[in-house]
Amino acid sequence: MGKYYLNYLDELESEAIFVLREVWAQFQNPVILFSGGKDSILVTHLAKKAFYPAKIPFPLMHVDTGHNFPETMQFRDDIIKELGASLIVGSVQESIDTGRVAEEKGKNATRNALQITTLLDAIEVNKVDCAIGGGRRDEEKARAKERFFSHRDDFGQWDPKNQRPELWNLFNGKHFQGEHFRAFPISNWTEMDVWNYIKRENIAIPSLYFAHEREVVKRDGTWIPNSEYLVLEEHEEVVIKKIRFRTLGDITITGGVESDADTLEKIALEVAGMRQTERGNRSDDKRSESAMEDRKREGYF
Amino acid sequence: MLDNNQLLRFTTAGSVDDGKSTLIGRLLYDSKSIFEDQLAAIENTSRKKGHNGVDMALFTDGLRDEREQGITIDVAYRYFTTPKRKFIIADTPGHIQYTRNMVTGASTANVATILIDARHGVIEQTKRHAFIASLLQIPHIIVCINKMDLVDFSEEVFNRIITEFEEIASKMLITDVRFIPMSALLGDNVVNRSENMPWYQGAPMLHTLETMHISSDINKVDARFPVQTVLRPQSTEHRDYRGYAGRVASGIFRKGDEITVMPSGFTSKIKTIDLYDKSLEEAYAPMSVSITLEDDIDVGRGDMIVRSNNKPQATQDIEVMLCWLKNDSARPNAKYTIKHTSNDQKAMIKEVIYKIDIHSLDRIVDDKELKMNDISKVKIRTTKPLMVDSYRENRITGSIILVDDATNETVAAGMIV
Repeated sequence: MGKYYLNYLDELESEAIFVLREVWAQFQNPVILFSGGKDSILVTHLAKKAFYPAKIPFPLMHVDTGHNFPETMQFRDDIIKELGASLIVGSVQESIDTGRVAEEKGKNATRNALQITTLLDAIEVNKVDCAIGGGRRDEEKARAKERFFSHRDDFGQWDPKNQRPELWNLFNGKHFQGEHFRAFPISNWTEMDVWNYIKRENIAIPSLYFAHEREVVKRDGTWIPNSEYLVLEEHEEVVIKKIRFRTLGDITITGGVESDADTLEKIALEVAGMRQTERGNRSDDKRSESAMEDRKREGYF
Repeated sequence: MLDNNQLLRFTTAGSVDDGKSTLIGRLLYDSKSIFEDQLAAIENTSRKKGHNGVDMALFTDGLRDEREQGITIDVAYRYFTTPKRKFIIADTPGHIQYTRNMVTGASTANVATILIDARHGVIEQTKRHAFIASLLQIPHIIVCINKMDLVDFSEEVFNRIITEFEEIASKMLITDVRFIPMSALLGDNVVNRSENMPWYQGAPMLHTLETMHISSDINKVDARFPVQTVLRPQSTEHRDYRGYAGRVASGIFRKGDEITVMPSGFTSKIKTIDLYDKSLEEAYAPMSVSITLEDDIDVGRGDMIVRSNNKPQATQDIEVMLCWLKNDSARPNAKYTIKHTSNDQKAMIKEVIYKIDIHSLDRIVDDKELKMNDISKVKIRTTKPLMVDSYRENRITGSIILVDDATNETVAAGMIV
């Protein structure tokens, strides 16, 4: 007799596939929110498994801040081609040009918060009733409160104190016109689980996750990549360091860590020894203790 | 981590005073699952609030209101990993008004940990927590008798509390219960063995969690496969593929098995069991797979594939232990959507048989109004048959939720008797 239990990675995979199929069954027009980061790549990979041999039956949606790593954009276009999927792009630049939002000013200006409007506009225009995200509960304390199926009202807002209870594997995606849901198939995965699974499945990820030499600037204790959008302070100096990124966001706010990890094995080992959370290098989360909760309430990822 | 490491889900119920946050903090800290920047943030807030030392509750309370009011409002999930297992903690508030959150956290748990303050012994709250664990049929219970340092690490106190707990548990459906004397504050018997209690022969809490047998927690006998959706690629390569996608709820399915599709009653044989591009010989709970059949029969979402010699009951009338989850009381004769596996039907609460007094655990028969956090036994009638097992035998095919069609809110959760 064989063993009749799953190991933790298979159980997480099975749970995520179940959630993705529930989304497909309960909603008319779902999309995967695709940022080019490892978590949305993982969700896309799981969707491929969930519906095989059929194609992923919904489009990928990218909220393009215009401040991207070029590597991420290339990766996005390659994966779309490989999957034969369609891509919806919501452009922050367009939101700025049409006056929907105003660009932040100052040294630490970012387009991070502006994405909310672009995302909600794209959801509305494309009549999306469920946006599947790669959010994980271990990432951040407000995200620890998320449901697998998370309701958004007709303003796209999250009401964390008044969420639908989620019991067993019975997910309630019922909603009124104009409202939508966010679904989080990898809620129960940790950063370590993600890396162990990427390694096991040998999933392709952008080169930015591997150690590479790059022009960077030390800011707030992290290495911010030099780019055309970066406004240098007088005392700041561009140096070349061997770094890698633990998360990928806007090029303006994503800090790298010094590292020699240039293979998936080495990354998994490095992550296992990390003493800082992965979002510790994201200046968008550092603005206040409830920075994530505040943005999420308004409709953030 | 090893390839055969399992995932264990457990709940913690208790109030701040029981040392619940200290216990969780201890587990996370000693297993190196708290990161430096998280710790720095908590230290900072603790200092601002004028606490002595680090308030570990700040680690589990994620929402601003929770941190400001110093209470846990909603279930918070925490994760840690040891070389033996991955753990998910559903940290639930212990107060009576949060019964619904305890029920939520309990619904998927393998283990319930119940905290008792050694100075106070079994109190009303302990009884409520044990009752919910038994109602939700959590397979294992660990009773953590905490703050042993405040009762001189007395074996006599420990034994007395065991007797008290066994007395209340004897009236409930509790099978596997273990008792651990500990001091979460000092770390005694949490991760490391206590040197202060040489009389305790059992394992510390973490070792217990790492080694307890959980493979039998899922029903491996009754093969049940609720169909979520149908995969029909219609590509040149897979022109005739018609796969029924779902997650095995219980039992084991093998290629060639004689199956019946319920409720239609059509029979066929399993042709293939597929997981992505791999074809499997068998699938067991909780695997997500896609099943193809030898015959072309009508199968869709809401149907259940079962082995022909072992079927669930198809019925429109069920008796359910119901937990009411919403502020608004149940309306008389209101219609709801009942969700059971992948099957949605309309339903009506026909009768409230009794409610349970959560303090005394006595039955109340003269008050039939279902209010928030009430637990009651009810009769429900559905418009079409559900394929059910009793919750005691099957947590997946024995559970339901009710959704109010007027608000789309989930208003109740139930366990089929």
